[in-house]
Amino acid sequence: MSRPSAIEVVNVSKRFGDYTALDHVDFKIFQNEFFTLLGPSGCGKTTLLRMIAGFETPSAGTLLLNGKEIAQMPAHKRRVNTVFQNYALFPHMTLSQNIAFGLKNLGWDKTRITERVGRMLEMVHMEQFAARKPDQLSGGQRQRIALARALAAEPEVLLLDEPLSALDLKLRQAMRDELRTLQRETGITFVFVTHDQEEALDMSDRIAVMGNGRVQQIGSPKEIYEDPGNRFVADFIGDTNFLDGEVIAVEGAQATIRTALGTDITTSHQGLSGPGPATMSIRPEKIGVNEQAEGALFDATVRSRNYMGGFTHYTVQVGEVTLRLSRRNAQSHQDSLEIGSTVRIGFREPNARVLGQ
Amino acid sequence: MSRTFRFWGLVPAWALMLLTLIVPILIVAGVSVAERGAYGGFDWGFDITSYRQILFTEGWTDELEFDPKYLAIIARTLIFAGAATAICVLLALPVAYYIAQQSARLKIVLLYLVTLPFWVSMIVRVYAWLIILGNDGLLERVYRLFGGADISGFLFTPGAMITGMVYSYIPLMILPVYASVEKIDPALIEASHDLYGGRWTALRRVILPLAAPGLTAGSILVFVPSLGTVLEPMLLGGGKQLMMGTLIQTQFGGARNWPFGAAIAMVLLTLVVIVLLLNARRATRQAEVAL
Repeated sequence: MSRPSAIEVVNVSKRFGDYTALDHVDFKIFQNEFFTLLGPSGCGKTTLLRMIAGFETPSAGTLLLNGKEIAQMPAHKRRVNTVFQNYALFPHMTLSQNIAFGLKNLGWDKTRITERVGRMLEMVHMEQFAARKPDQLSGGQRQRIALARALAAEPEVLLLDEPLSALDLKLRQAMRDELRTLQRETGITFVFVTHDQEEALDMSDRIAVMGNGRVQQIGSPKEIYEDPGNRFVADFIGDTNFLDGEVIAVEGAQATIRTALGTDITTSHQGLSGPGPATMSIRPEKIGVNEQAEGALFDATVRSRNYMGGFTHYTVQVGEVTLRLSRRNAQSHQDSLEIGSTVRIGFREPNARVLGQ
Repeated sequence: MSRTFRFWGLVPAWALMLLTLIVPILIVAGVSVAERGAYGGFDWGFDITSYRQILFTEGWTDELEFDPKYLAIIARTLIFAGAATAICVLLALPVAYYIAQQSARLKIVLLYLVTLPFWVSMIVRVYAWLIILGNDGLLERVYRLFGGADISGFLFTPGAMITGMVYSYIPLMILPVYASVEKIDPALIEASHDLYGGRWTALRRVILPLAAPGLTAGSILVFVPSLGTVLEPMLLGGGKQLMMGTLIQTQFGGARNWPFGAAIAMVLLTLVVIVLLLNARRATRQAEVAL
């Protein structure tokens, strides 16, 4: 791809004593991209973010910011700003002083600083609070000031360290939209760290799924959900059924797998070179029931039911195999499946995925 | 019932304050305006001679002559106490910051070590400095060991007195400074670096302002007892450089001029009250700004 990259992570490893936080991580973040590092806690995403910010140095490998090597450059020399997890607003300064902090350090003159601070406050709709101190603000307001402070000097890259995790649910949803809009309007590259897959899927242009100190997969939200590169990604993103089995044939991008379901399934695979043990993944919403059942069909017994509002989750049994499936509650008084009853279920084979072990 | 309890319940506290604070101060104030007794001690009365004596001496013909000799002692007291406080600030800030960076277990050990000297008698601790600073003492020996010239005379200097005062009172600076430095979120230091500030910026614009409450509290805790200190000027200053504490002590002791000693004590008390009032005013002004 010929898109210019804002950040290049070149074969970076980071060790803390015996513990390897990052293990040969290598990828690029493009300019003007909303890029998300997604993974469970301890996967190395925060270490990587802190490395880009300049708070950690790689044990091996290097980092490029717009083509310039920055691995050994001190944090205050990098044109990179961070929105910290708990915002880290200076409690002894007013909001204006907080936003002006970086500009003063860059040696801007007074009138220019005043003008920019005013514009940043306007951008986050906080003009009337300029003279307040951070402890007089709500969580959402602090979040906005942290954003304004980090964007004031127009950094080449903005880093966001789980900035929504301290907010309540409603506010979080609203801030997602605001962040997305802000990224489009400013055209600044955003690197967003989160463990919340919904946030990642909602906001990102591309997502790097991290696990065990490695990048497991990089792709668009749709790619990583629909075509997970391995079992870790399929498991971490969304909900799915795993069925261990034996691949009996591989033909190009298609593989045929034999599982305890009894019927051989032929569909696209990831990372298989030939026959051998593998895992099939089928997502619960892709399994139809009764009149919606199509493709590979099975008789199943309903074992449990969880009503979730928009959906109802069921577990059903096909022979020895337990599957989870979800049905959209499209009608107000939709009949639910009775526990113990026998139903017909099915899924179209291309919706399943075969993953290497 | 609760109203009477509110009154009677506080009586022990009021009685304690009255007997151990108010009454003694009134006695000292009374003595300061008493007449000097012919054979030491004093006779009750009202006579401001003692206060006049602070600024003037009586010449041969009873005329009053301005004499700054006691003003010099008051000024020296303020300067030495100020110097001791300033040195305590400079030493305590890095020490407190270092302790705040350590693991929870090590913090407890280090804070214990800071307070450890308090378990030893003050006189013993100051005497220890006599041995360190004295003729052919530890400091001189170490100095010679590293090829220094054969010098002496560390002891009985203003430097020795201030060293002793810093040593005696620095725990009172370290503890409050630690209390405020320990609360500084490390992310704030990172934010300062992130926003293009070097180490100096982080110290000046983030750490110092946030440590200010501890520095103020510590400065008062060091400055106030330094004003009235007796042991350091007596033992380490050799009595050559009088401070207000030693002046009071000699008036009640050798000089047998109780009223004059009491007058100096009242001046010292006034200085202390001024320091505390200034601090209280600053604190209320700050509280108003915050609202």
